[in-house]
Amino acid sequence: MKRTPLYEVHRNLNAKFTEFGGWEMPLQYSSIVTEHLAVRSIAGLFDLSHMGEIEVSGQGADELVQKLSTNDVSRLSDGRVLYTLFCNETGGIVDDLLVYRHADNHYMLVVNAANIEKDLAWVETCNDTGAEVKDMSEDMALIALQGPKAIDLLNPFVPERDVSEIPYFRFTTGDVAGVPTAISRTGYTGEVGFELYVPAAYAERLWTAVGGQPVGLGARDTLRLEAGLRLYGMDMNDDTNPFEVGLGRFVKFKNRQFIGKSALLAHKRKGITKHIIGFQMLDRAVARAGYAIYQGDERIGSVTSGTPSPSLKCSIGFASIESQAVPENEKIDVEIRGKLHPAIIVEVPFVSIGT
Amino acid sequence: MEYPEGLRYSREHEWVLVENDDHAVIGISDFAQNELGDVVYVEAPGLGEKISKDDPFGAVESVKAVSDLYAPVSGTVVEVNDTLPETPELINEDPYGEGWIIKVSMSDVAELDDLMNPEEYEAYCEGQDDDDDA
Repeated sequence: MKRTPLYEVHRNLNAKFTEFGGWEMPLQYSSIVTEHLAVRSIAGLFDLSHMGEIEVSGQGADELVQKLSTNDVSRLSDGRVLYTLFCNETGGIVDDLLVYRHADNHYMLVVNAANIEKDLAWVETCNDTGAEVKDMSEDMALIALQGPKAIDLLNPFVPERDVSEIPYFRFTTGDVAGVPTAISRTGYTGEVGFELYVPAAYAERLWTAVGGQPVGLGARDTLRLEAGLRLYGMDMNDDTNPFEVGLGRFVKFKNRQFIGKSALLAHKRKGITKHIIGFQMLDRAVARAGYAIYQGDERIGSVTSGTPSPSLKCSIGFASIESQAVPENEKIDVEIRGKLHPAIIVEVPFVSIGT
Repeated sequence: MEYPEGLRYSREHEWVLVENDDHAVIGISDFAQNELGDVVYVEAPGLGEKISKDDPFGAVESVKAVSDLYAPVSGTVVEVNDTLPETPELINEDPYGEGWIIKVSMSDVAELDDLMNPEEYEAYCEGQDDDDDA
């Protein structure tokens, strides 16, 4: 298994480890609930160095990134970040990712850890523009600071600027605790926060300087679910299209060409037969991925992600439902160990958030 | 990690406390609660239901995973810990005390001989830790 530059730091913090996408990552340090609630009330520090960073630069980079992305990358100015999908020719989702625009013909793509090789191969396959594609994943560490106090906690380490002035989905470069850093106002928790990209050799220095409650992948999953954020490999994959998983707003058809466009237009015309809904359990049972969803006697879908919600003290989840539109407040049942447990369809995000 | 004296332990990490003659209290061990993390839900059988040795009789849900409960002995449920539905975290806080799960009337006390004593169980758990690191 692969390890991040902070592996020894996690060991010394007595982390419990888990395998995730080929990486040996901290699952939890104290308890998932404690770490989760720390992020919701103060802030938490995450090692996300398993995420992949791909640099696309040189002549043709603008064209290549635009062609790969369902979202319109041409709308990005320097220092902005865009959430987008890469789709294949049939409209299936190759990955979901962030596109960072440094300058004309200079981008960083931040992709899911389990998809780094697949994405690199895909980008290379589609690269007929002559752009230079470079895997920076090994050289770069990613540390996130997320929570309502993230701004106050980060500011003392950033002498050159007030980080509260970095708007959501923008980034800037500067020193953090003396470490050259790309400071990005982004995150996967629904809270105010930053993602800090640093050279791998400086990861420990930055981690130790910023400090705070370390948070493992266990709470990362409960936080993202409460915030209504999808996870590649659970809620979407190569065989699902963006409309089926509620990400249609990140597909921009107008005045542009991109890979998968004609297939996605056809899907849209034909009508979408599957939808992702958010649900909340009405008893204390826990719905987990793969469990069947029923309405009356009819099986209408399956859970794609499910977890107890530390903030709501009940279980929540996403389910893929075979139907045109399922109204909120509709009652459904989740089959858990052979018994039906009641749940209700709710609006996502499950908790109100403040990015 | 605690392995109290006076209890018997199963390979599936349940403990048994024999109260008198054929009555036994059943819960999960400190090792098991620590592996599971924050417990949020316990599914236990009802009064009068029968459980049989080595078969699942319920489940413990933590934030991270669900784990089946396996009967360490056979018997009939005579009492259920009715504080667990509202306060499942008792399993984390006091696994050998207030976090007990059910009480059964054992149908075959000889089954107790198959269970481990604290020293044996501690060695068994340490072996499992090594497996995790491998």
